[in-house]
Amino acid sequence: MIQAILFYTFAAVLVAAALGVILVRNPVHAVLLLILTFFQSAVLWLLAEVEFLAIVLVLVYVGAVMVLFLFVVMMLNINVATVRGGFTRYAPFGLAIAALMVIELVQVIWLRSRVGTGALAAGFQPTPEGYSNTKSLGAILYTEHVYAFEIAAVILLLAIVAAITLTMRKRPGLKVQDIGRQVAVRPQDRIRIVSMKAEERR
Amino acid sequence: MMTIGLPHYLTLAAILFAISVAGIFINRRNLILLLMCVELILLSVNFNFIAFARWLGDETGQIFVFFILTVAAAEAAIGLAILVVLFRTQQSINVQELDSMKG
Repeated sequence: MIQAILFYTFAAVLVAAALGVILVRNPVHAVLLLILTFFQSAVLWLLAEVEFLAIVLVLVYVGAVMVLFLFVVMMLNINVATVRGGFTRYAPFGLAIAALMVIELVQVIWLRSRVGTGALAAGFQPTPEGYSNTKSLGAILYTEHVYAFEIAAVILLLAIVAAITLTMRKRPGLKVQDIGRQVAVRPQDRIRIVSMKAEERR
Repeated sequence: MMTIGLPHYLTLAAILFAISVAGIFINRRNLILLLMCVELILLSVNFNFIAFARWLGDETGQIFVFFILTVAAAEAAIGLAILVVLFRTQQSINVQELDSMKG
């Protein structure tokens, strides 16, 4: 009972925040509402006893990715009025399609859970006594899925390299060393030997 | 209605997914809001994975969520880098002005 009340409360906040993300005019407010959305999702995942991923969502997403979004939005300093000058003409069509998708998906989910054996309508099985979500995730992450784990590390490295190379730029007028030219220099580039007659001492 | 289980989480994920798809239609002018809607879509996918992982009692679904989070973080970093470069060269992130490759 108390779990149902908590679920509906957090789910209502989640949906309201997600609606706010797509409807508010100010991009900074949109990012802040997106942070609220992710935080509510983390709370809902905690409610489903998925503790490790909930904490990862808060630390990695809210802590790093969303702050990156906020940083970029504030750095770009977009003129709010010009960017969000009213909805596009596709907005009613998009809303109609979204409503249709919700109706169909909800119908499928709830019909299945009612008509079936009833196992779908039951809640999640409670985790056994002394169960540690982090420990059991780590036990299969580093054994069965270790290859995928290493690929994920390479993907993150790729993201670092790509982001840095994309945003790095050469400023005009900046004095930097050119190592290749320094190494390839020859003596005759630097000193000039002039042959001239010896002068008399005065 | 009172026992929170798989259908509740799936319904919430469906609503979240539909909201983000509607957001892509509504915010067709602002590239940064499109990126945020993509993040919301990935979040709804994660909800599905977690609900099924809990319902089946199989932790592999949670491992999948872990990898989706990794890929989404990489995607956000590269997408925002492209956005910054775009703003630097075009002075705008309005999608409808990005037609320089139109023949």
